[in-house]
Amino acid sequence: MADIRAVRPLNPVSAYLAVAGMWARSALVYRLNFVLVVVVGLLVNGVEFIGIVFMFMNVPALGGYSLPEVALLYGASGTALGLCDLLFGSIEKIGSRIRDGSLDTFLVRPVRLYPQAAADQFALRRLNRLIQAGGVLVYGLVAADVHWTWGRALMIPVMLICGTAIFEGVFTLGAAFQFWAQDAAEVQNAFTYGGNYLTQYPPTVFAKEMVRGAVFVIPLAFVDWWPALYVLGKPDPLGLPAWTHFLSPVVAGAFCGIAALAWRAAVRGYRSTGS
Amino acid sequence: MRLHAARLYRTVAAGTFRRYSTYRAATIAGVFTNTVFGFIMAYTYLALWNVRPHLGGYTASDALTYVFIGQSLFAVVAVFGGGATDDMIGRIRSGDISVDLYRPVDLQTWWLATDLGRAAFQFLARGIPPTVVGALAFHLSLPSDPLVWLAFLLSAFLGLLVSFSVRYLVALSGFWLIDTSGTQAAAGILGMFFSGQLLPLNIFPGALKQIAMLLPWAGMQQLPIDVLLRTTASLGGLGGVLALQVTWAAVLLALGRLVTATAVRKVVFQGG
Repeated sequence: MADIRAVRPLNPVSAYLAVAGMWARSALVYRLNFVLVVVVGLLVNGVEFIGIVFMFMNVPALGGYSLPEVALLYGASGTALGLCDLLFGSIEKIGSRIRDGSLDTFLVRPVRLYPQAAADQFALRRLNRLIQAGGVLVYGLVAADVHWTWGRALMIPVMLICGTAIFEGVFTLGAAFQFWAQDAAEVQNAFTYGGNYLTQYPPTVFAKEMVRGAVFVIPLAFVDWWPALYVLGKPDPLGLPAWTHFLSPVVAGAFCGIAALAWRAAVRGYRSTGS
Repeated sequence: MRLHAARLYRTVAAGTFRRYSTYRAATIAGVFTNTVFGFIMAYTYLALWNVRPHLGGYTASDALTYVFIGQSLFAVVAVFGGGATDDMIGRIRSGDISVDLYRPVDLQTWWLATDLGRAAFQFLARGIPPTVVGALAFHLSLPSDPLVWLAFLLSAFLGLLVSFSVRYLVALSGFWLIDTSGTQAAAGILGMFFSGQLLPLNIFPGALKQIAMLLPWAGMQQLPIDVLLRTTASLGGLGGVLALQVTWAAVLLALGRLVTATAVRKVVFQGG
């Protein structure tokens, strides 16, 4: 038996990798089922983009954006959400852990709660959204009429990383919200999947108030809209100064900071369902 | 004491209605989410109809009506799956379905009654609010003739029957597959694409539109909304739409009975 004194708290990253790796291995045991689920998932996400293609069979441009330009937005938003969903998506399931009391098991382990909850039931099959959106993004980048410079090329990975971080912030706020509003968990779908849906389309399509909300309240505009304004050289629908197009890293950092505080407050206030 | 069959199923439906009415926070959350999606979709459709004012035979305000009625029908008709048939899937996986089969009632009618109870509650609680909010924010083409509303409700009810019979078949696949996540996902894509949830079927390209309009899924969203907007001329009018829906409901419910009989005879249930 191991000496109890030898047990040190795992650092969050190795804890995350340990839990996620375990779930990934268990999914790969049923290899055929895994392949099927990924393929079906690719189809589900693919169908969504077909809807956009059908729209463009009726019009040459939507809100002044061509099909490849919308593909760039769709691909960037989907890739960011896909990465976030793959890495941290399980955090949205925390409501059921709170309800049935199994969250207590997490709390007694010598590991921080967040990496455990984020890696809980880590689903490698969520790769499908990433693959599909990544494919559409590549199509958009190749086909859109972009005047490429070093700055614009560099903006693409920055946009994807910041987009992932902003979605992680939204997911984390949603998870914190579930600590006190357990049954109302579906509200967060309006901001995660709704946010993804919103940022697939050009900002010029929406009412100014909605765009303002996405800039100043829940910073979904910085997932892809504002960086893409710079990449595509499009006019800013709100007429904000051009330097705001580079703000994604700052906004993502600040927003994740706020989400972390909300998470901490929620966990501090947690009372077990008891037994 | 033996309950009269019709009264029994009414009691079952009323019980589900009450059960769903206790999930208050979840209901409000669902209304909120459907309404937010409605707003986002509304603007994307407006962008389309601004360029093509009579696309698919709809005016811009017809298209907006399509969006909000679609969001209202979303939970009621359960195009993506869900509803009472999800409970049935759980019972097949756990083997509890054998208890249901002991009961001196018809399995399909029992679950239909359960699903109708759910849909009745969700019609009142989740169906009405998104359209009301949509009508406050936008100009919708809602008819003033109560008979049109009545025809719409009838068409939506037939859509619910078709949706139930599809979901029931998906649940029955669990007798053979145990894990129905594959069939559920496949049924979900077909539903999203062919019901008109993704995009109104009347703006689908050429032949695909003609085919999609005749498939069972069209009855879950596209056809009821066309009845409400009175844009059924190309579909053989109101009579043609209702006849198509009744036919699909009858065919799929009959298929469900056939598969139930096979499953009960041939399959070994979970849990022995």
